[in-house]
Amino acid sequence: MNWTAVASIYRFEMARFFRTLMQSFMSPVLSTSLYFVVFGAAIGSRIDQVEGIDYGAFIVPGLIMLSVMTQAISNASFGIYFPKFIGTIYELLSAPVNFLEIVLGYVGAAATKALFIGVVILATASLFVDLTIAHPIAMVLFMLLTCLSFALLGFIIGIWAGNFEQLQLVPLMIVTPLVFLGGSFYSISMLPPIWQKITLFNPVVYLISGFRWAFFDTADVPVGLSLMAIGGFTVACMAVIWWIFKTGWRIRS
Amino acid sequence: MPAILTIRDLRKSYSGGFEALKGVTLDIEEGEILALLGPNGAGKTTLISTICGIITPSSGSVTVGGHDIINDFRAARSLIGLVPQEINLEPFETVWNTVRFSRGLFGKSRNDALIEDILRKLSLWDKRKNRIMELSGGMKRRVLIAKALSHEPRVLFLDEPTAGVDVELRKDMWNIVAELKATGVTIILTTHYIEEAEAIADRVGVINAGALLLVEEKENLMTRMGKKQLEVQLSAPVAALPEELAHHDLQLANGGGALIYTYDTRGERTGITALLNDVAQAGLVLADVQTRQSSLEDIFVDLVSGDAA
Ligand SMILES: Nc1ncnc2c1ncn2[C@@H]1O[C@H](COP(=O)(O)OP(=O)(O)O)[C@@H](O)[C@H]1O
Ligand SMILES: [Mg+2]
Repeated sequence: MNWTAVASIYRFEMARFFRTLMQSFMSPVLSTSLYFVVFGAAIGSRIDQVEGIDYGAFIVPGLIMLSVMTQAISNASFGIYFPKFIGTIYELLSAPVNFLEIVLGYVGAAATKALFIGVVILATASLFVDLTIAHPIAMVLFMLLTCLSFALLGFIIGIWAGNFEQLQLVPLMIVTPLVFLGGSFYSISMLPPIWQKITLFNPVVYLISGFRWAFFDTADVPVGLSLMAIGGFTVACMAVIWWIFKTGWRIRS
Repeated sequence: MPAILTIRDLRKSYSGGFEALKGVTLDIEEGEILALLGPNGAGKTTLISTICGIITPSSGSVTVGGHDIINDFRAARSLIGLVPQEINLEPFETVWNTVRFSRGLFGKSRNDALIEDILRKLSLWDKRKNRIMELSGGMKRRVLIAKALSHEPRVLFLDEPTAGVDVELRKDMWNIVAELKATGVTIILTTHYIEEAEAIADRVGVINAGALLLVEEKENLMTRMGKKQLEVQLSAPVAALPEELAHHDLQLANGGGALIYTYDTRGERTGITALLNDVAQAGLVLADVQTRQSSLEDIFVDLVSGDAA
């Protein structure tokens, strides 16, 4: 392994993040606060409790997941699309690095940024509601795996995208709806029976359910299933990336 | 001298089916400077990009320092530095970070003194804290060179490094190339400027339409292929060519004040002795005599047009 290269890519990518640190920090703080004002205060005053948990607290895991997923995807997809767009990818392709090292550098940096934002949201949320985390280690593990797997997905999107519109398209048209419909702000059990079945085809349900279990010890689907879902998703993304570099799809003519 | 780069029957067809390299075979010796000359679209960039790993070859093989560029890509690429034709740089990053990144990417441990040295030689030291987007085109080209040098390559590819740059940078470039050569670095450069090949190359390869037409020692090439001109200046101008000189291939120049004789250095005899005898016979008095060697440019134009015909 060329660890020096991995570290160099990682550092270079993180530099972009630190250049806009204030913006990176302020926007999740602001949007989280808005969510609490809208969902927590307005809706929460009517819903009060879900599965014995204060509604304000109940939405915290979903809120974190929503941001972490979209941030991981957008950071990773932009991170690899940009060198393609401005042509600096020539250097990656001609360097003595293999696909794993490139992925570790780019995806690692994107996952770190997403993790940072997840932590900021968690901290902001704890200013609004009382939070006790039932399974802290599982919480961290779910968060890390989500950052990683969605950054991998973002990396694939960045390589696939041929222009900036496509870069925005997948997160906007696929990921955001899946997350909103994945039980971020409600429990699956609140849905009509038929929708409870349909919603099980949404992979994000398993992630949010597992993450919420780590917080409150209650889940829509078994935790083991959640772990398997996210593990399987990570492996699938890795396999696709391995294939991309093996065939040079969209990066090497 | 052992070959540091071997290219065997290298072919590249782009996905559209266009064959940009039609079986290139070439050995490049360690420490030499090879200039690849060819018109636009000849396949120079394709050849370089394939060796460097940016383009996948359709068939054939390449080794760098004995390492196959595919099976042993790590070892092969570690030896290579590339200055691409296009100015591809991250606009928001500083010069220093960009160059340092390149060194790390190639797995070399941090060496700020070395990077400082490179930046100073390229007159970039004062700009090290500037973001790339604040630099002029020539300065950006220097950054590309600094990036390639930052990981101490043994083989350096310069793809049209002086296309569209100012005279100063061109001179700096040539100095750097000479310095690198002195430390044993092998340099392959592509260029439109034939004077450039003429000025710095040890060997010259001519490439056209994806095929290498020839590779020759520069000196050999120029004497083997070169035509020479002999200019005879007369002390008094003549109105027309005298009878005695009619059978020589002569042109009047300078308003009749000079005779120009073109001959081929490849020929058995140049005919100079006979010409000068006849000039004396005709009663002309010589003021001065000089010869001119034709440039690589003439050779190049000859070759490429001959190939097209
Ligand atoms: N990605 C590509 N797809 C298809 N054709 C290409 C591609 N890149 C270059 N070519 C074609 O291959 C030929 C050689 O191009 P190139 O190697 O860039 O030439 P040079 O560097 O000598 O000007 C040209 O005809 C060019 O149009
Ligand atoms: Mg070119």
